[in-house]
Amino acid sequence: MKARYISVPYVIWMALFVIAPLILVVIFAFTSEAGGFTLEHFARMSRYVGIFANSLFLALVATAICFAAGYPVAYILARKESVFRRVGMLLIMLPMWMNFLLRTYAWMSLLEDNGLINRFLTFLGLPGISVINTDGAVVIGMVYNFLPFMILPIFSVIEKIDRRTIEAAQDLGANSLVVFRRIIFPLSLPGVLSGITMVFVPSVSTFVISRLLGGGKTLLLGDLIEMQFFGNAYNPYLGSAISLVMMVIVMVSIAIMNRFGEGEEGAMLL
Amino acid sequence: MSKELIRLENCVMEFDGEIVLNSINLSIKDKEFLTLLGPSGCGKTTTLRIIGGFERPTRGDVWFDDVRINDVPPHKRRVNTVFQRYALFTHMNVFENVAFGLRISRTPEAEIRRRVAQMLELVNLPGYEKRQVNSLSGGQQQRVAIARAIVNNPHVLLLDEPLGALDLKLRKEMQTELKRIQQQVGITFVYVTHDQEEALTMSDTVVVMNQGNILQVGTPVDIYNEPQNAFVASFIGESNIIGGIMNKDRLVTFSHQQFDCVDSGFAPDEPVDVVIRPEDLQVVAPEEGQIRGIIRSVVFKGVHYEMMVENSSFTWMVHSTYQRQVGQAVGLRLTPDDIHIMHKS
Repeated sequence: MKARYISVPYVIWMALFVIAPLILVVIFAFTSEAGGFTLEHFARMSRYVGIFANSLFLALVATAICFAAGYPVAYILARKESVFRRVGMLLIMLPMWMNFLLRTYAWMSLLEDNGLINRFLTFLGLPGISVINTDGAVVIGMVYNFLPFMILPIFSVIEKIDRRTIEAAQDLGANSLVVFRRIIFPLSLPGVLSGITMVFVPSVSTFVISRLLGGGKTLLLGDLIEMQFFGNAYNPYLGSAISLVMMVIVMVSIAIMNRFGEGEEGAMLL
Repeated sequence: MSKELIRLENCVMEFDGEIVLNSINLSIKDKEFLTLLGPSGCGKTTTLRIIGGFERPTRGDVWFDDVRINDVPPHKRRVNTVFQRYALFTHMNVFENVAFGLRISRTPEAEIRRRVAQMLELVNLPGYEKRQVNSLSGGQQQRVAIARAIVNNPHVLLLDEPLGALDLKLRKEMQTELKRIQQQVGITFVYVTHDQEEALTMSDTVVVMNQGNILQVGTPVDIYNEPQNAFVASFIGESNIIGGIMNKDRLVTFSHQQFDCVDSGFAPDEPVDVVIRPEDLQVVAPEEGQIRGIIRSVVFKGVHYEMMVENSSFTWMVHSTYQRQVGQAVGLRLTPDDIHIMHKS
């Protein structure tokens, strides 16, 4: 019973900084500029369908790339022992200790028309590429920033798979491919689901990456919301409404994924 | 029963320069129940893993049906394993666990259904197909692990301390059960345990191991009655082990007295270990016993009382069904058959 009291500060913290802002967002979303109740913001939302679609699409692409690139890395690291693993993990974590903005600025100067990559290509006598201010650059930024969030949960799930389970499969006639397909991959699904969630959610709501690397050309949801609060388009009511819709979309997609991985709960991080 | 199926020849196993198996030779016959028995770290599990293909011996050969199989990976061996703590596939139900090997060998679906049902019948879990393995008790998971292994018709079933995690009563039940299954399917079982009682109950052949060596191979009766050295004697059941001198054939001195015995073939006056089982010492009146002493402790063990009887040279462990008082002077009587003489190890 006493353990309950220990949770009091946490509950207060959550109420102040999570629940209260959420309630405010909901109230704002249904409030007109004059102060009365309205559904007008949601009705106006149809104008932004393109932005919604674009945001979801870019986030999906980034998530898919993170999965394709992150799974093998996580798998190899989890199955190798000792020094190799420690160095690998360090290299994956290292960029996360640097400021997010700084990392993104770094990519800006890498991808610029006369940035490092292009200068290197010119030096080799190759034609330059123009990536900066395209959707491609935005995806690169998302993948770079969020890849560790894909690798880490998958790594920790694969690492915990009992060696005997794998040996049991081999013992029953499974070669390495079958062991992976029928044992390791299914058992790593909870990690995959958390990885996907942890990459998709920040990708779909980012505004820094799209502003810096996309050059503001393609407006993403994050940019749109940010503009309503701090930009020229100042309209916190509309911003709240968009946030709310985005939250619902994210929650629905997580719910769908969780259903997909039913029976493997327990390893979910979100 | 007589044909040899597996042979380990001078198998040495080293891990990081540490010798785990010290050049062992072992022959396993077709359809026998063979138990590798020894304390933890004696190399019994390593031996099993070599047969299963999970370890390759540093030196030496493994033969299966007269074919050298050192380089054959586990998934190509006609051997299946029941792992310690089961290692069931937690993301599959009971049916899929048992069907795993059959699916890999591309058995037709109808055949799989029939065989899985038959196996679940054999291990007393009929109708459990749809259950999740995590919802089963330890004993039931154990049975699924056995069914999953023998459904593939292996020539040999390897069992790595399969009953270690079960409580005493369940363990006894499963011992009988395993023996029944082995006789019913008629294949070779190689069983690893550190529990001497388990080894004696189930096996046709017991292999006693210690520190990477095989100390003795024999039937349970042989191992119990004729242990070849003091380690085997002390590991299999309780023993009194006392130093003695073998004066000549069939005459031994220990505890300051000469005794007639049945052993021969030792050098004159060779120092030996004398092993006497506690249940072979008969408690009598002091004047009737060859050994006299004082009872120092009496502990009730269920079937018998365990008493420690001290005399000037040794403290004897005695099992008796009659209770006696601490401090009482008693005699201990023993016949020549009760005295087992061993070379000093």
